[in-house]
Amino acid sequence: MPHDPPAIDDVLATVTERFGALESTVFRGQTSLIVPEPQSFEVLSHLKEQGFDLLVDVSCVDYLEYRGAKQRYGLVYLLASTTTNQRITVRVFVDDPEPRVRSVEPLWRAADWLEREVWDLFGIHFAGHPDLRRLVMPEEFTAHPLRKDYPLQGRGERHNFPVITRDHS
Amino acid sequence: MALNMPGRQAMPGKIELPENVVVSRLDELANWCRKNSLWPMPFATACCGIELMATGASKHDLARFGAEVFRFSPRQCDLMIVAGRVVMKMLPVLQRIWQQMHEPKWCISMGACASTGGVFDTYAVVQGIDRFIPVDMYVPGCPPRPEQLIQAIIDLQDKIQREGTITGREFDTSQRQLRKRALVEADQLLTLDAARNPVAQRELSAAAHRT
Amino acid sequence: MSIAPAPRSFRSDAPADAAAARSEDYLWTLNFGPQHPATHTTLRLVLKLDGERVVDAMPEMGYLHSGFEKIGEHLTYNQYVTVTDRMNYISPMANNVAWHHAVEKLLGIDLTPRCRSIRTIIAELARISDHLLSNGAVGLDTGAFTFFLYAFYQREVIYDIFETLCGARFTNSWTRVGGVSHDFTPLVIEKIRTFVKTFPKTLNDMERLLTRNRIFVDRTKGVGVLSKDEAINGGATGPVARASGVTRDLRKDEPYLAYEDFDFQICCASAGDCYARYLVRMAEMRESLKIVAQAIENIPPGQVNVGIDQRTALPTKQQVYSTIEGTISHFELSMSNRGFEVPCGESYGATEAPNGELGFYLVGDGSDRAYRARCRPPSVLHFALFPQLIRGHTLSDVVAVLGSLNIIAAELDR
Repeated sequence: MPHDPPAIDDVLATVTERFGALESTVFRGQTSLIVPEPQSFEVLSHLKEQGFDLLVDVSCVDYLEYRGAKQRYGLVYLLASTTTNQRITVRVFVDDPEPRVRSVEPLWRAADWLEREVWDLFGIHFAGHPDLRRLVMPEEFTAHPLRKDYPLQGRGERHNFPVITRDHS
Repeated sequence: MALNMPGRQAMPGKIELPENVVVSRLDELANWCRKNSLWPMPFATACCGIELMATGASKHDLARFGAEVFRFSPRQCDLMIVAGRVVMKMLPVLQRIWQQMHEPKWCISMGACASTGGVFDTYAVVQGIDRFIPVDMYVPGCPPRPEQLIQAIIDLQDKIQREGTITGREFDTSQRQLRKRALVEADQLLTLDAARNPVAQRELSAAAHRT
Repeated sequence: MSIAPAPRSFRSDAPADAAAARSEDYLWTLNFGPQHPATHTTLRLVLKLDGERVVDAMPEMGYLHSGFEKIGEHLTYNQYVTVTDRMNYISPMANNVAWHHAVEKLLGIDLTPRCRSIRTIIAELARISDHLLSNGAVGLDTGAFTFFLYAFYQREVIYDIFETLCGARFTNSWTRVGGVSHDFTPLVIEKIRTFVKTFPKTLNDMERLLTRNRIFVDRTKGVGVLSKDEAINGGATGPVARASGVTRDLRKDEPYLAYEDFDFQICCASAGDCYARYLVRMAEMRESLKIVAQAIENIPPGQVNVGIDQRTALPTKQQVYSTIEGTISHFELSMSNRGFEVPCGESYGATEAPNGELGFYLVGDGSDRAYRARCRPPSVLHFALFPQLIRGHTLSDVVAVLGSLNIIAAELDR
């Protein structure tokens, strides 16, 4: 039987108390809080104070081709608590032309590289990040590959190199 | 090789050799030495790297074939085994290491990803390292079994024995290497490739001289 | 295009002005990798050294980034399992189990008891295989070649079991949505029983080689210390975190598959150095063997794949040829434009992979391909912790620390 995660109603109550009623969904036993972008840093630091000390993941979903999507990028923060084993998901939606979010690196060191990767692959700028540069793609790369409008095979960057033959080597 | 067997008539004009002398060409001797002591330079990037390590471990022992020493310095090796996918961030590194190796040198492209890009036809993976460095032997598989890699080493040893020269002449001439079929069959490709491919440049200038 | 140059500044210790930079002239920069025997495949470290002491280190990754997450948007859930094999390639079965755990969570499928049990056994064998190579690599990097060969020979025994089960030594792609592709045969069970009987002796031999070996202890004790708070703040999970005192193991905290039915302990240490990580992995191997020994005697009988009504796993041939539901189900699953129904929702499913918490965040959009398949790799966060572990140690400790973190480049870069 899949294990039911511990309830987080008490945490949600404190969030509502401090920030007002925020939209939240529950799917497969996982609670997901949808936070508007200006409040994202405060809500996340409040959750850290409530005991969510482990930042599991920071990632992004590009909703360009999703039916019924209102904004293009959905940032996903997965948090967990090592003491109570609770989990919570926080989603922040941002949009083109300049997707910007405040960085949570001051709260969790883990966010350092995870946010760099989101910048690299999606192009979302994290304000306040100490060293926002590309992580997995080469420095000279210009596009953001995981966006839905970038083709899977790329645009020819992968074969743009000099050829070495037997005579030259 | 002309073995001197007892009782054989000396052919007219040939030197008579004593019994314990064996005659051969210097090339074959050099090839025999080189093929039996290939020192691999493992350029292990991904899963094929683990099968490469397993081939060198105790169950399938690659050291039996002379490939005892897995030196990681390109200056000390003569066989580069590219095991695993090569992405575009890594390709300049691969090219630099290939250039740092001394001749005579050979390259085995191990696995589907190194040979053609494998399962990863994506924006980042180079679809076959033979587009950018010269490859002598391809090992298919994802990942190839250790026995397949050993067979590739044996085949490479046969190739060295057949084609090698002591001075490494076979590496200097482009006439001894067959043109890639894709270049032969599609002349349009020649002009597309010409900008960065020195082989194509030469073909084009040769064609221009002919006309 | 040339090799990426060293980063413009070393973050926290970067001198802000020219005068400070001049006073640091005695420091020199060493490029470690991406091709180096001790970097486990393609990692790169740019080290700032004062003689032999490391003043700062800047890790660089991306030399194996192949676009796994973008491929996930183009392959079906059953096809993508072949790609997950190639992530943490030293324990591919664990990745398969993790991927399908996440997919089954999104689809809301409950597995049969037999499937849970055999997936547990195989996941634990993969854990033993991973720890063998990880500790073997630590041994190899610090000079203990015999230990490495012993570890590799045991891994060949495990490969033989996997090959008997599903035909491939590794990169198996064994799990499917709702079940597995090949069930256990009596030969597989016999081979696992033999392994359970013979492995403890070899493990004892290996421990005798290294655990109290003065040279090894001197090289790893006190090196690369990670405190508990740093581990949690840095997002470390798995043996790296448990060696620092974080008692978090998803097999006990959020039990999945059949872990609730077995008696085992999670292994923790408090020192947080390389030696502690080595000991945690050795102890975890013994606990995994305990789980396998219990599980192999208690495999529940019955069906291994979920039933036809779930419409996800292929029905058996008897069902296809003799029942109408079987025929329809087979047709629906085999035709490329049909497949099975996926809810439009998002979920995160994590398992305790040998390296840490391996989770997949899946966004379903109704079709049989994921809209987004995000892999949360444990190695990224461990590699990001590297600079704070290595400051003040010598160049030879770089190798020991890198090996003890067990960073797999394919999982790191995806």
